[in-house]
Amino acid sequence: MIKNKKIDIKGVAIEGATLLSALIIIAIVVVMIVVIVNGGKQQLSWEFLTSFPTDGMTKGGIFPAIYGTFMLVIIMSVAAVPFGTITAIYLTEYAKENSVIAKTIRFAVRTLAVIPSIIYGLFGLGFFIKFVGAQVDSTFYGGQLKWGQPNLLWASLTMALLTLPVVIVSVEEALRTVPKDLRAASLALGATKWQTIWKVVLPGSISGIMTGTILAVSRGAGEVAPILFTGAAYYLATLPGLSDQFMVLGYHIYVMTTQSANVDQTLPIQFGTTCVLLMLTFLLNMTAVILRYRIRKKKNN
Amino acid sequence: MTIEKINTENLILYYGQKLALNNISIKIPEKKVTAFIGPSGCGKSTFLRSLNRMNDLIDSVRIEGKVMIDDINIYDKNIDVVNLRKKVGMVFQKSNPFAKSIYENIAYGPRINGISNSNQLDEIVETALKNAAIWEEVKDRLGDSALGLSGGQQQRLCIARTLAVNPEIVLMDEPASALDPLSTSKIEELIVQLKEHFTIVIVTHNMQQASRISDHTAFFYLGELIEFDKTRKIFTNPEKKQTEDYITGRFG
Repeated sequence: MIKNKKIDIKGVAIEGATLLSALIIIAIVVVMIVVIVNGGKQQLSWEFLTSFPTDGMTKGGIFPAIYGTFMLVIIMSVAAVPFGTITAIYLTEYAKENSVIAKTIRFAVRTLAVIPSIIYGLFGLGFFIKFVGAQVDSTFYGGQLKWGQPNLLWASLTMALLTLPVVIVSVEEALRTVPKDLRAASLALGATKWQTIWKVVLPGSISGIMTGTILAVSRGAGEVAPILFTGAAYYLATLPGLSDQFMVLGYHIYVMTTQSANVDQTLPIQFGTTCVLLMLTFLLNMTAVILRYRIRKKKNN
Repeated sequence: MTIEKINTENLILYYGQKLALNNISIKIPEKKVTAFIGPSGCGKSTFLRSLNRMNDLIDSVRIEGKVMIDDINIYDKNIDVVNLRKKVGMVFQKSNPFAKSIYENIAYGPRINGISNSNQLDEIVETALKNAAIWEEVKDRLGDSALGLSGGQQQRLCIARTLAVNPEIVLMDEPASALDPLSTSKIEELIVQLKEHFTIVIVTHNMQQASRISDHTAFFYLGELIEFDKTRKIFTNPEKKQTEDYITGRFG
């Protein structure tokens, strides 16, 4: 009996099937990257990155879209990170673990996280533009249209709302990695709760907070739906201010592939733009991964 | 002639519905070492933590009775807990230095008290480290991370950090239980020296330790204070049979 070894066909088949599905994942990533990089590499040049589109958007560069993406990401972070961090501080440091208010906030955060991004766009249109913007116009500009229309500010704030749940959850996680012992030590030295948060908890979790922030930002950089109604523009001849519409990489890809006068002719630009967006999000994610790795290493020492 | 520093009257403490301390009344003398002994879960650490209101951090804790420190009930409504903890410092079982430099660990307490003059801080840091018998070991690397110190050094650093706030009472919750024998004996020597200036209350699992370093010993069992007396009396001729059984190793 013992010597009578049979091949376990079922076992081999199951192992093979699981391996296959894992390999498919790798294949998808590889194909995606190879196709995009291959298609875009000729297009990538200093000039492509730094010049405006020309000839009715069939030639030229994508500088305004890169600029718009950066501005969007920066304004969005300025809004979402402090707001999200403060919320996370409330949840971890002040709220009682199972209190009604903490549960309600967590429920709200989870709900925000699963709302489809197009709905954020609609909310931004309805709330920021039609309500807040219109109010500002009628109060300060005598009803003249200034803020009551899509622009960089409203789009950034809409995007900030979208990324808020990611920021809150990751900052919360970062704050929880600071041992309770350290909070106790600080309080036992006669520090107030706020001194403890400011001088012990936040410094101890700053890299975690940054990691979470970068991940949130990289999500925002690639999203298009929330800014469709709130500020993204097809083409602009000048760089935008806060109250102007703006060009952005994700939306630029969309218009180039669907709205362009000659889709075939602009194919290299489409690939180039996609390549730039991909590299940008990769870069952000890599930074987050490296930061996280360094935190782990520090913690293990 | 001993002066009492801490005087609890009928202290009762609940964790939720569970009675953890039942009617504890004790008079702890000033500038002496008082040891709390007893088996795990007897309430000695809980009682220690109620002396600087660290139990306030646990939501389910409810306390009745009085804890008088210098004739002030620290559970009065108008007590400033932050100032109370400056006066009643605490050293924890597990050393818990901040992820800062050795210097900044010690300077943390004085800084939150508003001391920012660097000469003054230097002086406080040096004095505290000397008082905690660790100055010689760290004086050349004050800027290094405190996390690079050995376990025993970290614990003495934590003691120094507590002393830097200039408390009157230092509570110690099994401060040497995680340390090797050599580090333990250093901590014990240190505790004996410290009683010249501070009132020390120490929780310990180690009965030899209690008998070596303390002047008075309190034996806790199942949330009750069974016996409290001079250490020599507790260890040679206890009044209660439970105390005798415990110190002779018949249970616990």
